[in-house]
Amino acid sequence: MALLTARNISLGYDSIPVAEGLNFHVDSGDYLAVVGENGSGKTTLIRTLLQLQNPLGGEIVLDDGLRKNEIGHLPQQTAIQKDFPASVREIVISGCQGRAGLRPFYTREEKELAEESMELMDISELAVKCYRELSGGQQQRVLLARALCAARKILLLDEPASGLDPSAAARMYDLIEKMNGKGIAIIMVSHDITAAVNYAKHILHIGDNIFYGTKEEYIKSEIGRAFIKEHRGGETA
Amino acid sequence: MDKIIIYMQYPFVQNALIVGILIALCSSLFGATLVLKRLSFIGDGLSHVAFGATAVAAVMSFADDMLLALPVTTVSAILLLKSGQNAKIRGDAAIAMISAGALAFGYLIMNIFSASSNLSGDVCSTLFGSTSILTLDRKDVWLCVLLSVFVLTVFVLMYNKIFAITFDEDFAKATGVRADEYNLIIAVVIAIIIVLAMNLVGALLVSALIVFPALSAMRLLSGFKQVMICSASLSVVCALSGILISILAGTPVGATIVAVDAVAFGIACFIGRASRGARK
Ligand SMILES: Nc1ncnc2c1ncn2[C@@H]1O[C@H](COP(=O)(O)OP(=O)(O)O)[C@@H](O)[C@H]1O
Ligand SMILES: [Mg+2]
Repeated sequence: MALLTARNISLGYDSIPVAEGLNFHVDSGDYLAVVGENGSGKTTLIRTLLQLQNPLGGEIVLDDGLRKNEIGHLPQQTAIQKDFPASVREIVISGCQGRAGLRPFYTREEKELAEESMELMDISELAVKCYRELSGGQQQRVLLARALCAARKILLLDEPASGLDPSAAARMYDLIEKMNGKGIAIIMVSHDITAAVNYAKHILHIGDNIFYGTKEEYIKSEIGRAFIKEHRGGETA
Repeated sequence: MDKIIIYMQYPFVQNALIVGILIALCSSLFGATLVLKRLSFIGDGLSHVAFGATAVAAVMSFADDMLLALPVTTVSAILLLKSGQNAKIRGDAAIAMISAGALAFGYLIMNIFSASSNLSGDVCSTLFGSTSILTLDRKDVWLCVLLSVFVLTVFVLMYNKIFAITFDEDFAKATGVRADEYNLIIAVVIAIIIVLAMNLVGALLVSALIVFPALSAMRLLSGFKQVMICSASLSVVCALSGILISILAGTPVGATIVAVDAVAFGIACFIGRASRGARK
């Protein structure tokens, strides 16, 4: 059975819809890219899938075996305050809080997981550094390391490469692919259509027209061809 | 110096110091969370509610003001937290109304029903803290110790959860942390702290006691745990010096402690700016 199934869901705020009639499903080990114009509702979709807001209609069905604390998340723009005092290590291990449940302290396994995630993101030497003093790209990697601590079955990423230079972005996509290779399902919102069609297995396009299907079908479809043509030129692919 | 040593031998001074240290410790621990969650105004509003409740308790001649102030403040804390989360009702407007209303009613009630001949003295001591910290009996000290142990235990057990929901509540919720329940517990603990701290510095100065040490620590340090430890130590040191100064100089206890906190904040700002400048 699919990890997550969306049945005819509509998204929006205060009963004003942003996107309607979305149908798709994500199997374990799948890699779904969500693409669409700015303001088409991609972030809203991610927040709805995470149950941070309710869909206006339709239903989202999670597989019986998928618990909330097996989900990882990389937010688009975190409202984290500029003056928050926190070290990189403190932030990364906070990704284990969901699996800790009511237990007050982190176990040795969880501490090791945090160290591994930092190593994977190449931020081990920043561990005691203050988050607010890092560059945008470094901050992004810290948050992805935190997401890795939380993600056991599925990882939802909202514009993971935003604010990164091209080589850092390429590394980010490689890392995500590595996670996917380990069997973690990925739902990734991306502005970068080239990366989306390079890495994803399925594509969900939202906006005035809606498309859901495999990447190959998307590249051949009219809506996909138009979108790729329009956006590839602008990207530093 | 000799004078301090002599004073230290009096039980009332010892009691005041024990209670002062405990209250300063407890109140500083949740200060950073309140500041970082942009909830410091809740501390302010709650202290006014606690003032109103204390006034009512005094008029109804409750055996202990806390018996009324504690539950009323706790319920208000929960309500304010809920309204703060609801984006449609602006939390701060609700708090402004509640806190000013509670203040007005509290004063009115004291004014109309008070049998005391020294009304303005009573009001003043509820608002700015009384010298009652110097007249504590065994029972007061034990109650304070008990509540402080509770607050400290909750803090230690919830430290990692507090960090997670303070740093990024959405991420915490999305990944299965029970943020709403934890927020509720935090609100209750803050209510306890406020009622406790009101005895030390009075209703109007409570939020200063909670927020100043955290703000100072945040100027100096950049890790969450470091900030917690620093603000707790700073708060204890300031409370100790405040109490001693007030005994020696005969100044009001609450105002003296908060003044020391404010001076410490000024120094922390200066050091923070200097060290940041040096790094550049
Ligand atoms: N908190 C909010 N309240 C009301 N409308 C919102 C809110 N956040 C976003 N929107 C609106 O929803 C639409 C979709 O936004 P979003 O999901 O962020 O788009 P995307 O991520 O695809 O760029 C936009 O028109 C935006 O103005
Ligand atoms: Mg977005």
